[in-house]
Amino acid sequence: MRFELNETQLLLQKSAREFLANECPMAEVRRLMETETAHDAGLWKKMADQGWTGMICDEEDGGMGLGMVEMAAVFEQMGRALLPGPFLSSVALAGPLVAAAGSEAKRRYLTPMIEGKACATAALIEDSAEWDPAGWRTRAEADGNGYKLHGRKMFVTDACASSFVVVAARLSGEMALFAVSKDSAGSGICRLKGMDRTRPVYEMKFEGTPAELLMKGAAAENALSHALAVATVALAAEMTGGMSKVLELTVAYAKTRKQFDQVIGKFQAVQHMCADMFLWTESSRSAVYYAAYALDKRLPEAATAVSVAKVYAGEAYREVGNRGIQVHGGMGFTWENDVHLYYRRAKASENAFGETGDHRERIARQVVG
Amino acid sequence: MRERFEHLRAWQRRLYEGGWAGVAWPKEYGGRGASLMEQVIFLEEMARAQAPPIANTLGVGLIGPTIIHFGTEEQKRRFLPKILSAEEIWCQGFSEPNAGSDVAGLRSTARLDGDHFVIDGQKVWNSYGWVADWCALVVRTDPSAPKHKGLTYILVDMKSPGIEVRPIRQMSGESEFAELFFNNVRTPAANVLGKVNQGWEVALGTLMHERATLGASITIVYRRSFDRLVELTRQIRKNGRPLSEDAVVRQKLAQAYTELEVFRLNQMRSISRLSGAGIPGPEGSILKIFWSEYNQRFQQTAQEILGPYGMLEEGSPHAVDGGEWAYGFLRTRGNTIEAGTSEIQRNIIGHFVLGLPKSY
Repeated sequence: MRFELNETQLLLQKSAREFLANECPMAEVRRLMETETAHDAGLWKKMADQGWTGMICDEEDGGMGLGMVEMAAVFEQMGRALLPGPFLSSVALAGPLVAAAGSEAKRRYLTPMIEGKACATAALIEDSAEWDPAGWRTRAEADGNGYKLHGRKMFVTDACASSFVVVAARLSGEMALFAVSKDSAGSGICRLKGMDRTRPVYEMKFEGTPAELLMKGAAAENALSHALAVATVALAAEMTGGMSKVLELTVAYAKTRKQFDQVIGKFQAVQHMCADMFLWTESSRSAVYYAAYALDKRLPEAATAVSVAKVYAGEAYREVGNRGIQVHGGMGFTWENDVHLYYRRAKASENAFGETGDHRERIARQVVG
Repeated sequence: MRERFEHLRAWQRRLYEGGWAGVAWPKEYGGRGASLMEQVIFLEEMARAQAPPIANTLGVGLIGPTIIHFGTEEQKRRFLPKILSAEEIWCQGFSEPNAGSDVAGLRSTARLDGDHFVIDGQKVWNSYGWVADWCALVVRTDPSAPKHKGLTYILVDMKSPGIEVRPIRQMSGESEFAELFFNNVRTPAANVLGKVNQGWEVALGTLMHERATLGASITIVYRRSFDRLVELTRQIRKNGRPLSEDAVVRQKLAQAYTELEVFRLNQMRSISRLSGAGIPGPEGSILKIFWSEYNQRFQQTAQEILGPYGMLEEGSPHAVDGGEWAYGFLRTRGNTIEAGTSEIQRNIIGHFVLGLPKSY
């Protein structure tokens, strides 16, 4: 694959699409988004049975060993279904972090994740909401055989649904990654009321919280930069799937809604908005799959390709949402209509893993210097 | 203009001699016989080397592929090698004063007289009309048929008696386009491409190629402009430091880069699909919208970065790059009009891709 999915990838995408249509229809999304964690243990087990919780983990660790393109194909379907809960946080963010740890830590943390018995997230950014680790202040100190953490993390996704949280903290000036069990972190977790109810965000306070060291120094820095690239591709793939769904809902509405005795989709003003939505969606898809391919092959331009996908999809998802709501007219502004749920996800996604201006600056570092 | 053109023609001749003018064209007609994807890779390498564009843009990009698809063996042998070598430059005669977006409503006629067609009428907005040796013309051969059914696609020698070429001066100042007048122009019936009265299908093939593949060569030109603008930001100083260090300028450049890169990737996907199906689909319309609107945004970005120097035209003291940026800015207004307006492209997406009812 470079620019289009091959047979195997299409098959995987199709099976993910059918699974999610059956197991996570919109009624279920709406039910879960009103719960505390937006997480359903039953659904999680079924996804684990598909092998998805270990999709990008090595086969020797018990995973499926899929590549980035295959991962993107599945996440695209998840974004289309607006799957609630910690799947992205756990599989595309915490997973790659833990997978970079030593074999003992992998056995304790990664194996239960792959088996579907545990899920996790990562607590990274802080008060300034910067994604550059240089701006993170949380610190760790040795405490007997273990460590204690001090600091505050912001916008941690799915903290309450997670069995443990991977936390980035400084240890004697070096970047390090720690595992903190939910029981230890418990009282410091406070839910923030984010726009996207399907993916809850939290503030986490650490006041001498016990933690286990996973890795430090260059290993931690490399793991962070790789995991963030993987998570960003997964997110951009989800965003593309969300756009597809909004386009589909909007075109279907334009074909049935009548005004002036004709379907509104006959009017050019409406058609052109739909055409723009198509352009944004397909262009995002081109950007996302190339980013996945570049990351998978570890091409030198991979980081830039990931930022290009994030910048483009961020603006595209918002614009697709804008037009989708507009074409739906008054219906588009109601709670009952599903488009706003995607629009909320679009906004949250635009901010996740570096907002648009942040990624533009990363691109500028490569192409301007 | 003529001098620059001859320079580009000589450059294309060099490419042809090396077997590089038609990378994806069949070997027997002067091409290299490689895949479309390999052709695109070659174009990317051209861009990287900052190579100039070719002279016979329409011949190589649009009319040649249409001849490859619809032409007889004799037509292929007669026309294709000279398209690649730039020995014969091509223009196309589709639009008329009263047939712009509604091109199937064109009124130029051709009537059969023995083994020749006799052509009368007027065409407009002909790129390369001023320099073309041949014209790919669409004319009405059956006035009684419904408008899409009575058209014929015919290849006309521009040296035929009865053709008059008048340059049109554009808002950008130069005369890249021409008007063509046909008065009793006799053309062999053997020059019909496809079948008589089935010219619309052939023309659609050309239009889709125009929308889908012109992008590959456009990427070269746009990437060169982008790189040049980045270079300029390193030279221009404001507030005691190069503009390339200014956060706002960096954001704008990164946004332009993002769009250009997404355009390139869309192009690649389209080529992948084209390699399978042979003829581009209507989704090529997103490429046309994308490159034309990108270029307008990019030239505006350049104007914001260059400030008042950006508006200085060719020949002016202090003009940046010989006035290229002032010209470029004005020229982009034509991008969303030529080769099918953005509105027509969006209609095509609405109707043919999304299945919405036809609006007209």
